[in-house]
Amino acid sequence: MTQTKQTPVVRHLTRYTALAYIAAMLIVPATLILWRTFKPGFGQFYDWVSTPAAKSALNLSLLVVAIVLPLNVIFGVFTALIVARRRFRGKATLQAIIDLPFSVSPIIVGVALIVLWGSAGVFGFVERDLGFKIIFGLPGIVLASIFVTLPFVVREVQPVLTELGTEQEEAAAILGSGWWQTFWRITLPSIRWGLTYGIVLTTARTLGEFGGVIMVSSNLAGKSQTLTLLVNDRYQRGAEYGAYALSTLLMGVAVTFLIVKTILLVRRAWASRQA
Amino acid sequence: MLWLSLIVLLPLVAIAWQAIGGGWQAFWLAVTSHAALESFRVTLTISVVVTIINVGFGLLTAWVLVRDDFFGKGLFDAVIDLPFALPTIVTSLVMLALYGKSSPIGLHLQHTPAGVAMALAFVTLPYVVRAVQPVLLALDQEVEEAAAALGASGPKVFTSIVLPALLPSLLSGAGMSFSRAIGEFGSVVTIGGAVPGRTEVSSQWIRALIENDDRTGAAAISIVLLSISFIVLLILRIVGARAAKREEAAR
Repeated sequence: MTQTKQTPVVRHLTRYTALAYIAAMLIVPATLILWRTFKPGFGQFYDWVSTPAAKSALNLSLLVVAIVLPLNVIFGVFTALIVARRRFRGKATLQAIIDLPFSVSPIIVGVALIVLWGSAGVFGFVERDLGFKIIFGLPGIVLASIFVTLPFVVREVQPVLTELGTEQEEAAAILGSGWWQTFWRITLPSIRWGLTYGIVLTTARTLGEFGGVIMVSSNLAGKSQTLTLLVNDRYQRGAEYGAYALSTLLMGVAVTFLIVKTILLVRRAWASRQA
Repeated sequence: MLWLSLIVLLPLVAIAWQAIGGGWQAFWLAVTSHAALESFRVTLTISVVVTIINVGFGLLTAWVLVRDDFFGKGLFDAVIDLPFALPTIVTSLVMLALYGKSSPIGLHLQHTPAGVAMALAFVTLPYVVRAVQPVLLALDQEVEEAAAALGASGPKVFTSIVLPALLPSLLSGAGMSFSRAIGEFGSVVTIGGAVPGRTEVSSQWIRALIENDDRTGAAAISIVLLSISFIVLLILRIVGARAAKREEAAR
């Protein structure tokens, strides 16, 4: 990177203003939570994150991830293939709809699911007549999580596919490989970094979703509380330390996310330098 | 396609249906009630302020990330994404730890509009940076150097060459940040405390309506918020596209 001729005064001024802003806004607050969590010692931290309520919340959150992730991966890769490889009317509309969840508030997602699936909603018959509880049950949490994470895999995989082109796949097809074999041997390996990042984003967002989930969960400790709901619950009941401890746990997920992201960026840069 | 419709479109259609199902009168009453108007006022005022802050500091941060070089820049770059990675409820606690009643720096912003603004500024910090950064990176520096060689001063080069080129991305980042700010819930819920007319944002009002079983009211407010968000995004996209075209024509 070449340096423009900025005067040193201007350069240092901009540099340290930006650094100070980021430090004040991001680094200081995050460090403070860590410090408050571990000040009373690691043992107490462990006690608070291993209470029955915390364990059940962790299990529920992981269960939701286990349901949401495969659905999003299948849908995401499939949609990305269609958007990147096919030309059809309404493609721009389709892409706009895929991006829609990014600009819809989680609270509104909750309201939408309640008016659609709630017992007095448009599809209320599912709960009233079939006895299948969606709102205030696990399916509601899953639906809200799928809604907010839907664009991630598509958005990460699609540009890779577009850039990749179809030459290798066509060659494989000419050499007689079936579509599944082509997909498994050629397409999947090429999109693996994009897909991995999409998976990481989906997991992090699903674990961290709060607004959408609080609307559609019955929020009972030990039953229908995800990790984020339990954080809120503990804070509201005045158990501040317990809330901090769980926050640190979730922050661990966030930091893992950042590390994975950085590694993938380095990998990608390395791969493109090789090409 | 069916999956997409079931997951994304149907719920949104259901909201619209619920909002207007009770008749125009009921919709109008819900969105013009005192509490609703107050929540809109609070939400929009704080979001506009936060977006302006983001544009300023986002531009500055992107500039430093692209044009400057110093030890630890990679780490600095990675940290920017922290608000995207951190669950919003954790953000809320982080904000309280710093600005709440046990604030180590003596700033007590809990239950004040400034506290809400701090939380919103935190969660929307990356948008402008991440929108501007790639464009700035791709920008040809020769034009700037030529202008400087012809005697243009630093600020002049910045405002007449760099800024116009960055305008579309700056606007799109501002749009995303604004749209996120007006819908935000998790990070403002504890620091704001939902004081009507001061810190109660529209998303908190929607939740209050749902808890009182007023689904039509909640749907109506949701529709208004969604519309504001889409209109702002659309306007900024059009302005951005125009600016991009003008920039193209000037070349």
